[in-house]
Amino acid sequence: MSRLQELANKARGDGRKLLIPYLVAGDPNLASSAQLMDELVAQGADIIELGIPFSDPASDGPVIQLGVERALAKKVTLANTLQLVRQFRARNQETAIVLMGYLNPIEIMGYEVFADAAQDAGVDGVLVVDMPPTESAGLHEALRKRDIDTIYLVAPTTGEARARDIIQHCSGYLYYVSLKGVTGAALTDHDSVAASISRLRAYTDLPIVIGFGIKDGPSAAAMAALSDGVIIGSALVNEIGKLADTEQQDAASLSQCCAVIGSARKAIDNLK
Amino acid sequence: MSSTEKLTEHYTGPDSKGHFGPYGGIFVGETLITAVEELAAVYNKLSRDPAFWQEYEYELKHYVGRPSPLYFAERLTQACGGARIYLKREDLNHTGAHKVNNTIGQALLAKYMGKTRIIAETGAGQHGVASATVAARLGLECYVYMGAEDIKRQAPNVYRMKLLGAHVVAVESGSRTLKDAMNEALRDWATNVDNTYYIIGTVAGPHPYPQLVRDFQCVIGREVKAQALEEFGKLPDALVACVGGGSNAIGLFHPFIDDREVAMYGVEAGGHGLETGEHAAPLSAGKPGVLHGNRTYLMTDEGGQIQDTHSVSAGLDYPGVGPEHAWLKDLGRVHYVAATDEETLQAFHQLTRMEGIIPALESSHAVAYATRLASTMKPEQNLVVNLSGRGDKDIETVARIEGISL
Repeated sequence: MSRLQELANKARGDGRKLLIPYLVAGDPNLASSAQLMDELVAQGADIIELGIPFSDPASDGPVIQLGVERALAKKVTLANTLQLVRQFRARNQETAIVLMGYLNPIEIMGYEVFADAAQDAGVDGVLVVDMPPTESAGLHEALRKRDIDTIYLVAPTTGEARARDIIQHCSGYLYYVSLKGVTGAALTDHDSVAASISRLRAYTDLPIVIGFGIKDGPSAAAMAALSDGVIIGSALVNEIGKLADTEQQDAASLSQCCAVIGSARKAIDNLK
Repeated sequence: MSSTEKLTEHYTGPDSKGHFGPYGGIFVGETLITAVEELAAVYNKLSRDPAFWQEYEYELKHYVGRPSPLYFAERLTQACGGARIYLKREDLNHTGAHKVNNTIGQALLAKYMGKTRIIAETGAGQHGVASATVAARLGLECYVYMGAEDIKRQAPNVYRMKLLGAHVVAVESGSRTLKDAMNEALRDWATNVDNTYYIIGTVAGPHPYPQLVRDFQCVIGREVKAQALEEFGKLPDALVACVGGGSNAIGLFHPFIDDREVAMYGVEAGGHGLETGEHAAPLSAGKPGVLHGNRTYLMTDEGGQIQDTHSVSAGLDYPGVGPEHAWLKDLGRVHYVAATDEETLQAFHQLTRMEGIIPALESSHAVAYATRLASTMKPEQNLVVNLSGRGDKDIETVARIEGISL
C-alpha cells in the first residue's frame, strides 16, 4: 500500500480531514520552497501538492500563473522539482507529496525516466492536469509499477459514466473540482458540490477531496464537511507572492505566509 | 517498417479518439472534456447530414465569394524558368484569407448547439476578424483573446474586430503572443462552458478540432482539383502551402493525399534561420510533446518548457503545429521545409511587383519556397501555391523592417 493510501486510511480511522496545500516548486526560489514545505507541515498539512512549473498553465487562474512565472524566472525545472522532493523526504517521511502539473515536461523527460526519478525522490502521487485517463496508459502503468498513485480530477461537468471510468483509473484520492473555471475562482454553489460528492460516494471508497475556490478557514470547513479533505492553492500562492525573494526566509514571514493553512487546520478540526 | 509502408492505400484519420498515428488526441483539463466530447458527437452527426453541408456551401458561395480562382502567374513563372506556377487565390475571400472557411463552419456548429457566445484566439488578427465577422453575421456575442504584444503589432485588425462588435481581450500572461491567447481562451471556455462555443482557428487543439477545421478547409483542395483538371487537364505535380498551425495547408493537401503522384510541401517559418534557434518551425526543428490539447511536434526545451518563437509573420508565430501534419511528416507523405524572414520578404516584393498581388507575409513563405522549387522543375509541370491571405495587413510591418515610416 502506498504512503498516500496508508495516510488516507489512518486519517479516515481517526476522523481527521485531509489538509492539502498547493505551492509551485521554486516560487519564489527553491530554497524558499523547502522552507515553505516544512512550515506547511508545521501548520497542519497532511499532503503537499507540489506544482511543476510549466510555461503554459492553461487550467490555472492568474494567481497560480504568477507563481509559475516566478519559478520559471528562476529556470526551475521538473528535475529541480524532483530534487526538492528528495531533500524534503530526507527530513520528513510522514507527509505525502503529490506532484501536480502539465504533461509536456514529463513527456519530454520520458515516462520511465520520470517514474524512476519520482520513486527515487519519494514522490507518492502524480496528478497531470491535462492528461485524462484515456490518454494516460503509458505514464499510468510506469507509475503503478513503482507504487506511485495517479490522481485524477472530477469536475462539475463530468457525467456519471465518465466519473465511474475515472474512478477505475484513480488511486490515492479523487480530486473534485468544485466549480466550472480555473484555479482561484470564487466558490459559489455549495449545494451542487454536496450533491455531486454524494453521487461520487456511491461509486467509490477512495478519499474524495475538494479543490478550487477554498481560500480560508470557513470555506475549508464548509467543503471539508462534505468530503475527506480540502486543497488550498491560490490563497496560499497569493501569500507566497508577497514573500521577499531571498534564500533564507525568516520564521515570522513563513508563519504568516502559511497562516491560511493553520486556520484551515483549526477550522476543519473543529468539525469533529 | 518504413514510414511509407505505414501509409495505406487509402489514407484515413483520425481514429475515433482523435489520433493521427501517435499524434492528436484529447489533452485538456477535466472541466473541458465533456464540452469537447459533446462537440465531437454533434459534429459526427451534422457532418453526415447533407442539409448541414448545403447550408455551409450556400454561405461559402454567397457570403465568402467562393470558389476562389486558380490563377496562372505567368510573369512569375517566366522569372523562375521552370514549372508553371498557379496561385490559389484564398486572398480574395471575404475578410481576405482562408480563415473564414473555418469560422463559417464552426459558427454554424455553434448555432446548432444553441450557444450564444463565441470566443476565439488570434495571433495576427486574421482569425479574430474572421470570427468577429461570422459572429456579427449570426448575431452572436464574441470575445477574441489576443496577446498584448500582438495587439501592438496588429492595430488595424484590432480596430476591425471592434468595428464588427467583438470584445478584444489583451492577454498579458507568458510571452503575450498567440500561444498565451490560446491558454486564455481555454480558461474562458472552462469558466463559461455552458453557453460558450470556442472557435479554434487552426487544425490544432483537442479532438475534434483538428478534424473539423480540416474538413471546413478542404474546400480549398477540392476546388484546386477540379480547377486543375479544367485548366491543364491533369492533377498538379506539386502543392505548396505555408504551415503555422497548418489549416490552409491541410485544406489544400488533404484531398490529394491518396494521389501519390502529387508532391506536397509545407513551408514553416524559418525566422532568422533554423540554425539560430529563432524561428517557428517545429516540424523542421522541434520534437513531439503535448500542448493545447494535442500531441504534436513542438518547440520545447530539454526541460519541457514551450519556447518563444520568432517569425516576421505574426500568423506563423506559434510553437506547435496541427497533429495531422506531424503524422504526414512521419509518414513521409508531405515534405516540410522552412523559408527564412529574408527569403519571405523577397518573395513578398517579387509577387507584388510581378503579378500585382500583395500576399500576406504568411503566404509569402509559401511563395518563397515555390519559386525555388519551380526553377528545379520542368516547364510542362504545374505547381500550385496556396495564396492563403492578402498582405494589406502587413504593409506597416514591411515598411517598418525596411526603415520606411508611413
